[in-house]
Amino acid sequence: MTTASPRIVDPASDRLPGGFDPRRLRTEFPIFANNPGLVFLDSGASAQKPASVIDQIADYYRTDYANVHRGVYHLSARSTELFEAARVKAQRFLNAADPREIVFVRGATEAINLVAQSWGAAFLEAGDEVLISELEHHSNIVPWQLLRDRLGFRLVVAPIDATGGLDLAAFAAHLSPRTRLVAITHLANATGALVPVETVVELAHRVGARVLVDGCQAAPRLDVDVQALGCDFYVFSGHKTYGPTGIGVLWGRHELLAAMPPWQGGGEMILNVTFEKTVYQEPPHRFEAGTPDISGAIGLGTALDFIESLGRANILEHEEALTGYGVDRLSRIEGLRLVGAGQRRLGILSFDLDGVHPHDLATVLDRHHVAVRAGHHCAQPLLEKLGYPATTRASLGVYNDEADIDKLAAAIEAAREMFT
Amino acid sequence: MTDDLRELYQDIILDHGRRPRNFRPIEHATHTAQGYNPLCGDRVTVFLTLDGDRITDVSFQGRGCAISTAAASLMTEVLKGKSVEEARELFAHFHARVTGGEDKPLPEPLAEEMERLEPLTGVKAYPARVKCATLSWHALEAALKGGGDAPVKTE
Repeated sequence: MTTASPRIVDPASDRLPGGFDPRRLRTEFPIFANNPGLVFLDSGASAQKPASVIDQIADYYRTDYANVHRGVYHLSARSTELFEAARVKAQRFLNAADPREIVFVRGATEAINLVAQSWGAAFLEAGDEVLISELEHHSNIVPWQLLRDRLGFRLVVAPIDATGGLDLAAFAAHLSPRTRLVAITHLANATGALVPVETVVELAHRVGARVLVDGCQAAPRLDVDVQALGCDFYVFSGHKTYGPTGIGVLWGRHELLAAMPPWQGGGEMILNVTFEKTVYQEPPHRFEAGTPDISGAIGLGTALDFIESLGRANILEHEEALTGYGVDRLSRIEGLRLVGAGQRRLGILSFDLDGVHPHDLATVLDRHHVAVRAGHHCAQPLLEKLGYPATTRASLGVYNDEADIDKLAAAIEAAREMFT
Repeated sequence: MTDDLRELYQDIILDHGRRPRNFRPIEHATHTAQGYNPLCGDRVTVFLTLDGDRITDVSFQGRGCAISTAAASLMTEVLKGKSVEEARELFAHFHARVTGGEDKPLPEPLAEEMERLEPLTGVKAYPARVKCATLSWHALEAALKGGGDAPVKTE
């Protein structure tokens, strides 16, 4: 945790939740200067980028760019060093045991597909079961359906309870000795429901199942420690953690990655190639065929620096306080129903406004400079279960404050007046 | 409310959005088709009764936003009594108006009907909402082509 950063407010003065001032922090995000009055409440879809990330990417191309892991010349070595330093930053961000456990991918979607196509295709067979939950994003459903259709295992779905949280008793009941993998979200993107991953892992490991955790919404909000969680795979996307698009992280236990076959072939992932036989690299490079997104990885490293400079505990405190404020404020709007998020909601407020379709609402909010997401949030089965064809979703970031929530609430009131 | 929002949500749209006309199934429809917008989950079913080439009855059901509901409602109002050819001509014209494409002049009686659809052309300034205004028309076109089980999609 950093205390030297000037944007951390002096604890002796009026301390804000998290110890930093989101309004002051906004000056570090050029998007706000270029879009005056913008109330950005769609960080769950993609977060805005601090200048440090944008500048780092430009600086890298201007001063240090060359391909990695190939050139003997100095520039290539420097580029490789920066790229691999980003891997170490991702390792520390997740408190992984070893940087070799960090595989750079395009995003969480690719990470899950990689695990499905490599680990899944190698180790799953007909008769096995893969257990997911009703809270999942499409990207943690469809890759398993594709693989199921090929291999013939059973895809089992653990339900939510009446409050919208994962039903732990039902989850436990859906585990069996046939369960080979549990693939589950850490924080549900459509509702903000936090999943008790430690308990899930403990239960799953008891039956010998591996656990993959989709950390897209959790990584920017929680102090994720994969060793403490005890899971086997953890994935997140760079663009939701204030980093660039096109880069993400797959973390896997080294022994698991080492036993997995490559999923894409090409340069970078090989040790020796003849027309008869190819010897593959060790992880992580075995899974990084072709020239990687070097600038993306380096930009992601800078984004993780940004998060660490604020402090993971501080960010969590900020998100929790603002989530609480948002729940209070929105609950007071007549005809507004918050979508249930179980025992603990974090960073995401999904809601329905009586008599106003989410798309009409989002259009009106947009005219009030409030950016939210409207639709099924790539979680159609969950919304169906909850009984909404679509909802409106406000998701929080480090640059949001109570005034943003107030503006959201005022704009919702205006929409309600207009349509009802 | 800001003025440009009023351009989109004119009174007639809010009215048809709240109280859609011809919002009912037609039991013995000669033509029917579903429209689906995967972006927002909106669904509409269009029902038609054709007597030869003439649309004698037209209705819709479904769920959607104010724009798509009003668009479907207004569509049913202008289509009643029209020939299939006229319906297609209206759609082509309407489509051009909401997407900013080129629209050929319409013959007089159709031009009058087109005026009734004019309030919907405010979506032109909202590219994400154009599909809301055209969903029911796409379903209509599919119904005239003979429907089929799979809903027509806007994506």
